[in-house]
Amino acid sequence: MCGIVGLFLKDKALEPKLGEMLTDMLITMTDRGPDSAGIAIYGADTKGKAKLVVQSDVPEQDFPGLDIAMAQSLGGPVSIRVNDTHAVLEMGAELLEVARSRLSEVNPRVRMMSRGENLEIYKEVGLPKDVAARFDIAQMSGSHGIGHTRMATESAVTTMGAHPFNTGSDQCLVHNGSLSNHASLRRKLRRQGVHIETENDTEVGAAYLTWRMMNGATLGEALESSLDDLDGFFTFVVGTKDGFGVVRDPIACKPAVLAETDQYVAFGSEYRALVNLPGIDHARVWEPEPATVYFWSHKGAPTAHEKAA
Amino acid sequence: MQTFDLEAQGLRNLNSALHAQSANTNQTVWEVINPKGSHAIAVGLDAPIEVNVKGHTGYYCGGMNKQATINVAGSAGPGVAENMMSGTIVIEGDASQYAGATGRGGTLVIKGNASSRCGISMKGIDIIVHGNIGHMSAFMAQSGNLVVCGDAGDALGDSLYEARLFVRGSVKSLGADCVEKEMRPEHIEILKDLLERGGCDAKPEEFKRYGSARKLYNFNIDNAY
Repeated sequence: MCGIVGLFLKDKALEPKLGEMLTDMLITMTDRGPDSAGIAIYGADTKGKAKLVVQSDVPEQDFPGLDIAMAQSLGGPVSIRVNDTHAVLEMGAELLEVARSRLSEVNPRVRMMSRGENLEIYKEVGLPKDVAARFDIAQMSGSHGIGHTRMATESAVTTMGAHPFNTGSDQCLVHNGSLSNHASLRRKLRRQGVHIETENDTEVGAAYLTWRMMNGATLGEALESSLDDLDGFFTFVVGTKDGFGVVRDPIACKPAVLAETDQYVAFGSEYRALVNLPGIDHARVWEPEPATVYFWSHKGAPTAHEKAA
Repeated sequence: MQTFDLEAQGLRNLNSALHAQSANTNQTVWEVINPKGSHAIAVGLDAPIEVNVKGHTGYYCGGMNKQATINVAGSAGPGVAENMMSGTIVIEGDASQYAGATGRGGTLVIKGNASSRCGISMKGIDIIVHGNIGHMSAFMAQSGNLVVCGDAGDALGDSLYEARLFVRGSVKSLGADCVEKEMRPEHIEILKDLLERGGCDAKPEEFKRYGSARKLYNFNIDNAY
């Protein structure tokens, strides 16, 4: 099954409560996906800085000195903030892509969860309430975020198999469903030079979007073409630096509910996930149409674009 | 009237209290508060009681219903009234996918819109939708009536058997073997009754009727690709 949630705030007054609201939504979706959970939070602007969120199974061995080793490798200052099995490495934004490629040289056991100026992804195996508590997500503030509770169907129950998947700087995606052509698409994308780490179907979906955007597509165009090129069932919720999008496949078996008020846009696999949001009783609540891309941005007006048949 | 706080008292207690009602019960009217999108509210009822749910429901509300009248003062999640046998279910808001699926009898009224696969494989239920319905509705429907006062999505009535489909608005596309059929006086009469039961003020003459062309009933090489 899997459960997905998302929250895009319009009202800045709610930003300190983003982590708390997303945690509540995530825990409600536990019975759709009790094996792993993850959350992506878009925090405050870091003014020329960028963040690499990394994970280790042995953080007590891997994290001490990682900032110094990375700083030496990059030739610029790097700070580290450890949060359980995850650590946030912060550096000048111009060093981000190099840092990403150097990470495995500096310590091959450390794995990248996300990269970007605002984005931080935290994900682990375990019950959603335990995962949220480990990282104290409820204390995090931000402008928008997405989350996922996983019931594994297509690959192993591991940290790397958990969602959200980071698909490019400040971009991430969560998925409910299963892709049936992920093996052939993975081979095709790898031949194009796209780095895909796991046997997970969603990572292929995420990598596909990244590849389309690397070749000049906007996120909206990439999501639209995913309706042609991805085979299987999917409800995707995506985050960008200042935006939040939803798309369902043309069959639309996987459930989805959107709610919008003057204060926020919220997404849940089920309405239950939304019941504790402020003013939900007066929200516009609807089911997103199949094969239609919905997108909200802090920079522009909301859009809904139906894919031409 | 009995009031049941679902959040405080729990789903199992609600459904066992409702299942304990007999044909001669004095507790004929129930109010369920704080549904908060919970699953399986008032499923498997078999008594002539009225259950009023004050809010939105999750999956399978009113599934397998017999005799009872269930009113939802909100929207319903996937599978509302699935496999209903008799009785009436009224949804004030929208219904999610496969509303009334495989229903064998009774009446389902949706005052908002219904999503995809409304009435899929219906087997005798009457479904009256005030708004629109989504794609693949009445797929493999076998008998009963589906009334849509708004528009229908793609592939309406795909592989349809003998159910009657009445649509007032547009139909995005018809599924395999589904065709528009003549509205004869007997159909106007059937539809008039359905609209009355559904509380719709639409006129039967405004609707078109769709049904099976019956070309998929037997093997025919011309049906192959």
